Amino acid sequence: MSEQHIKLPEGSIEKTTTTLNLGPTHPATHGVMQNILELDGERIVSADQTIGYIHRAFEKLAERRPLAQITTLTDRLNYCSAPLNNMGWHMTCERLLGVQTPKRVDYLRVIMMELARIADHLICNSIMGVDAGAYTGFLYVMQFRELIYEIYEEVCGARLTTNMGRIGGFERNFTDKAFQKLEKFLEEYPRALKEFEDMFQRNRIFMDRTMGVGGISAERALNYGFTGPNLRAAGVDYDVRVQNPYSGYQDFDFIIPIGSTGDCYDRWLVREQEMWQSLSILRQAYQKIQSFKGAEAEVYHADTPAYYLPEKKDVYTKMEALIYHFKIIMGETEIPAGEVYHSIEAGNGELGFYLISDGGRSPYRLHFRRPCFIYYQAYEELVKGSMLSDAIMTMSSLNLIAGEMDA
Amino acid sequence: MALTNQIIQQRLQEKFGESVAALVDGYGLLEITAPRELNLKVLNFLYDDAVLQFQFLTDLTGVHYPSNKGNELAVVYHLHSLKENVRIRFKIFAPIEQPEVYTATGLFSAANWMERETYDFFGILFVGHPNLKRILNVEEMDYFPLRKEFPLEDQTRIDKDDEMFGRGGTLK
Repeated sequence: MSEQHIKLPEGSIEKTTTTLNLGPTHPATHGVMQNILELDGERIVSADQTIGYIHRAFEKLAERRPLAQITTLTDRLNYCSAPLNNMGWHMTCERLLGVQTPKRVDYLRVIMMELARIADHLICNSIMGVDAGAYTGFLYVMQFRELIYEIYEEVCGARLTTNMGRIGGFERNFTDKAFQKLEKFLEEYPRALKEFEDMFQRNRIFMDRTMGVGGISAERALNYGFTGPNLRAAGVDYDVRVQNPYSGYQDFDFIIPIGSTGDCYDRWLVREQEMWQSLSILRQAYQKIQSFKGAEAEVYHADTPAYYLPEKKDVYTKMEALIYHFKIIMGETEIPAGEVYHSIEAGNGELGFYLISDGGRSPYRLHFRRPCFIYYQAYEELVKGSMLSDAIMTMSSLNLIAGEMDA
Repeated sequence: MALTNQIIQQRLQEKFGESVAALVDGYGLLEITAPRELNLKVLNFLYDDAVLQFQFLTDLTGVHYPSNKGNELAVVYHLHSLKENVRIRFKIFAPIEQPEVYTATGLFSAANWMERETYDFFGILFVGHPNLKRILNVEEMDYFPLRKEFPLEDQTRIDKDDEMFGRGGTLK
């Protein structure tokens, strides 16, 4: 960290531009990231992003950990939607190990993933409001994120860094209370979302602040590796849930909302519409869950004793359960050698896991494809020539999560 | 006509002959390997070819294989043909003494930071990269941390007294 903090012109006292350090701890950067902006008046001439302030070497740490212990690392990537990352990681492992999950597990996962997606989009969209000067919407919808967090709590015991589920399924069956909370959410949330939408969607101030700001063409967005709502806002209907369905998404009926201009307003609209789609997927998934009868309705994990941690009461009474428990906890399960790339549609784009196993107890190499790390590099192109206030809007509309970016 | 792995293999064979190898891995993904000086040629071909159109760079990363003498470092590209919805993996290898490969930034803007990250952790030098410097680690760092010669701390070490956190403590 030497000369690049503040750029001074070389040998000139007649500097006509201003250097502004936006971040690393600016309230509007929503995370530890820095932008060194070169301003001509209020116009941005250039932007230089510095990231890595919360780099925690997850990829290196993962090379010593057994598969089950890496779930906690994935929590801390995009911490606004930790269950999505957890499920993505479990599915990557299952692909490597060749584990088939029962339908009910897939649908339970879809429920958790779509709840997480709503939580993620809700944060991003309401924070956009905050950055445009409308705090109320944010505070109001936080009540409803709380409902989602209560469901997380009921399912796994945690709220933010959930460490939810296991390879092969969930640690326990969903309780009746969890479903009641889901019902409550499905009943109360749509009205709040509508109110939230009414507050922003045709709001003169919000539209002025976001329309035509930070736009990108579909071609450039693809070249920059955009994925998720940011790419769809530019008009490309690429969604991993549809293109490479996982966890039974092919059984659901939903549409991919797309925008046209790729600007902040379109990104906001795409997220907003995706929340409605997620609600519809949630209802369908809940219906499918309810259609399971008898023994099928109790299934919450795959039948893979070698990878799925046995129930505690079995560990005390059954020899095999004790052995598997020991092997899994100590990370001594047999992992086949192989390479897999598995990706899911996370809150802000395609979250990929590239896992190389050499047959050892932990991955030989694990690489996370973090969507916002990849699309944040387009930031300079997005804000060049626009006003300083647009830079803030653009940043919050991209849904940048420092934890994910820095891994 | 759907784009299958055979068609990709065939197209590559026609263009590059024996120098480019393409094999389907155990999980159905086509894995292409090429000599490192051909990496841009192959990427360009995959990008421009009217049938293939691998125009989306999903991921770019490095791997270190210390026992693979002469080819210790690998650069792995994951490409996606969005029109046909086909993914492939493309690998090139470079010796650790001279880990130079051509940059893909001319083709994909997305490669910029991904190559910086790969340089940051593996020391792979991307020739022609506009701004090849560290991205996640501090600039003063003088080693490449994801190489295998830097093991993580051994959890069973006994020279640290840290009983509260499960490290066993010193032998008495």
